[in-house]
Amino acid sequence: MASYWNRNPIRVFVFLILTVFVVVRSNIPSTPGEGAEERRWEASQVGDVDPGMSVAPPHPHTNTDSFQEELVVRPLHSGDIYASFQFRTVWEADFSRGNKVSHYQLFPKSLGQVISKFSVRELHISFTQGYWRTMQWGQPFLPSPPGAELWVWFQDSVTDVDGTWKELTNVLSGIFCASLNFIDSTNTVQPSAAFKPLGVGNVTDHRFLRYATLPREIVCTENLTPWKKLLPCGSKAGLAVLLKSEKLFHSSFHSQAVHIRPICQDQRCKSTSLELRQTLNAVFDLHTSGQAKREWSLFKMFSRTLTEACPLASSSKIYIDITDNSQGEQFELSPASSLLSQAVVLGDRRTFSVYDLTDQATFGSTLSPFDKKWQYPIGDMLRPLLHAERYVAGYGLQTGEIHTVMYNHHPYRSFPVLLLDSVPWYLRLYIHTLTVTSKGKENKPSYIHYQPSKDRLRPHLLEMLVQLPPNSATEVTVEFERALLKWTEYTPDPNHGFYVGSSVISSLVPSTVATNTSITQEQPLFSSFFPCKEELSYFVRVYTEPLLVNLPTPDFSMPYNVICLTCTVVAVGYGSLYNLLTRSFQIEEPSPGLAKRIANVIRRMRGVPPL
Amino acid sequence: HRNLNGAGQFFSSGHTNNWAVLVCTSRFWFNYRHVANTLSVYRSVKRLGIPDSHIVLMLADDMACNHRNPKPATVFSHKNMELNVYGDDVEVDYRGYEVTVENFLRVLTGRLPPSTPRSKRLLSDDRSNILIYLTGHGGNGFLKFQDSEEISNVELADAFEQMWQKRRYNELLFIIDTCQGASMYERFYSPNLMALASSQVGEDSLSHQPDLAIGVHLMDRYTFYLLEFLEDIHPASKTNMNDLFKVCPKSQCVSTPGHRTDLFLRDPGSVLITDFFGSVRKIEITMETINLTDPIKQMEEK
Repeated sequence: MASYWNRNPIRVFVFLILTVFVVVRSNIPSTPGEGAEERRWEASQVGDVDPGMSVAPPHPHTNTDSFQEELVVRPLHSGDIYASFQFRTVWEADFSRGNKVSHYQLFPKSLGQVISKFSVRELHISFTQGYWRTMQWGQPFLPSPPGAELWVWFQDSVTDVDGTWKELTNVLSGIFCASLNFIDSTNTVQPSAAFKPLGVGNVTDHRFLRYATLPREIVCTENLTPWKKLLPCGSKAGLAVLLKSEKLFHSSFHSQAVHIRPICQDQRCKSTSLELRQTLNAVFDLHTSGQAKREWSLFKMFSRTLTEACPLASSSKIYIDITDNSQGEQFELSPASSLLSQAVVLGDRRTFSVYDLTDQATFGSTLSPFDKKWQYPIGDMLRPLLHAERYVAGYGLQTGEIHTVMYNHHPYRSFPVLLLDSVPWYLRLYIHTLTVTSKGKENKPSYIHYQPSKDRLRPHLLEMLVQLPPNSATEVTVEFERALLKWTEYTPDPNHGFYVGSSVISSLVPSTVATNTSITQEQPLFSSFFPCKEELSYFVRVYTEPLLVNLPTPDFSMPYNVICLTCTVVAVGYGSLYNLLTRSFQIEEPSPGLAKRIANVIRRMRGVPPL
Repeated sequence: HRNLNGAGQFFSSGHTNNWAVLVCTSRFWFNYRHVANTLSVYRSVKRLGIPDSHIVLMLADDMACNHRNPKPATVFSHKNMELNVYGDDVEVDYRGYEVTVENFLRVLTGRLPPSTPRSKRLLSDDRSNILIYLTGHGGNGFLKFQDSEEISNVELADAFEQMWQKRRYNELLFIIDTCQGASMYERFYSPNLMALASSQVGEDSLSHQPDLAIGVHLMDRYTFYLLEFLEDIHPASKTNMNDLFKVCPKSQCVSTPGHRTDLFLRDPGSVLITDFFGSVRKIEITMETINLTDPIKQMEEK
């Protein structure tokens, strides 16, 4: 787990002082030979480099990791509150040249070792409880499907990607206390177009990409505990203090994720560093959690108050979305902040009130905004342009149909979407029945990639590029047949049903507001996650609901019933027959009276035959 | 130059590290009490010093974040809801469908696939004291796992014998809270095993109290009184095993708890509770001087 002495700034400081002291002392050698020998020893200590390896000369500064944290709070039109935490650690390490790293500062050692051992280029893992309701809540900053999702891009140097993938999932299941070891070839796919790398690098070979979901995976405190331990300050200082499980899991939606990707160190992009983003999104429903008034505060949401920023963070900020409150009619923030910032996120220009936690003046009062009066927000929420639904149609336990409906709410622009469907092998898809219809007419996809399933080896993979006409609903239907599993393959609770993972719909959606495409350090984290190549469109990924399908389930008590019944029938039938055939009747004298018995005893003693 | 009189009492028990394997074998919401049982022992064991890296916690179903739980992320032991045994710092190593007889036996004997992470392994050695706690539904000679398979007392005894032959434990304490629990330790034959059960053969272990808000029974009687007993223990406590045998007499438990000590080499009266439930580090004091390596010697000369 985390090596705390690396994180304790006082000890780092003392170590640096000692280093400086030793370096100063070594600069006054008594004899040239001895001094040179000592200086050699000093150099290896400061650079922390194995002298056998040929690497670039070490940095004079060792403290180049950086850490930022932020919280965005956004009241939604449906009456819920959306809170999004992002923690970003940048690690100045470059694995592409095969360097070995042994010094960890802010970057967690457990993940660093995983990345270097398995030659991981990008890793994205998310644990979600609940389903994101796009039409009521808008688009999330970082979408995620219900359950667990893991997708990884490996480096080109990996020879056996499947073996490395299996080991990686096992190691991650130990780190995150989740049953990720259930990810195997039956639920892993290699998408060819949908999951492009989110970091820098020109990567096109999809043999190094693996994607898997576990829709059944439960998220609870045991997943939050190791996630919090990856943060430099843990849950002791900074925004992570607010992350208490009793409140976080009492929410309509909860999602925690870890994203690791290489990013450019500067504008020229000569070298890359590794970025770790830990995100936690939660949607709190204040009505059901006992709040009668439309008042919300950080204490009411998280049952904790902030006391200080994380000392290791270079920036620690809270953004409250006040776009719907431009004249102050909706609510008042207390304490008020004079810092305002505007950002374009998801095609919408939003105004935020900024609180900087590194500034001591923000503390002293608890942050508690309250409503002056409750009204429905003026104007409509910006309608999400892309939205999708999925359901199973049909009846009975033999066949069915999967319907995926994608909505384009743009009034006049059409745009293409990439649909990724991964269906387990026990739902046998009939691809000849695949139809895509928009507005009643057939809509032919311009790109289809289909990989059929193999029983017990591989799931179905269907990727399609579909052009969605403006203001329409496009429906994709495919028929399937349910397979009968072997009796050992059923889960202990088979009558619950079997899950089919969410479909993923990725698209570049046109926006009316221009987004900023330059990479600057001052951008808030929530607006700089997805790389933006064009100004007039933004990247959106929508996940549909997972499906729950009942397979024909045998009655598992039948073997016991059959054995009992058979044995009873055999016993009764054979027993009766045997008795009939072999039983013989003997006539038995009734037992004599008492006088006769005594007489018989006397006669026996005399040796005379009885009466 | 060693103080043998003081050091002598350090090594009287012969163990240097502690492990715990805590297993809940029941699935479904109405078996909430079995998860609460296991979590209460987990909580006591952590409180007395065994770290998460030395605990293998197996929960067959999730009760805390179950959609039927009116208070998410909590598991209570009593209807007064004072003690949340789930807590805020919990690491479950095997959960859900992973809790199977095969995985349990593999954890005990150490025969796991090479890619299994460390947190899922029982890395004990011949100086480890291991606490094994099982709870669920059981019968005469078997314990049911997840309503679909069972482990028999013969298999369990053989697994312990494998552990003994591979020198995977110094002493082992086995506690089981199921119906007819005493049948599970009848077949043990390896040395240094002590066993406790919540009921004799032919008796049922009963649950403590239902809670009307949550809607299920929260805990079993034996583990409830065991938790009460353990809450009074602190890492420096000198309570011994004879007190543990007295936990939950028939008047409180309705069933008769049993124990078995004939395979154990030491006298139970000299065995401390913290030998199994806590992790007391043994420190070896030395008075010898050690020569450090050369470069540091040069620094000292300067």
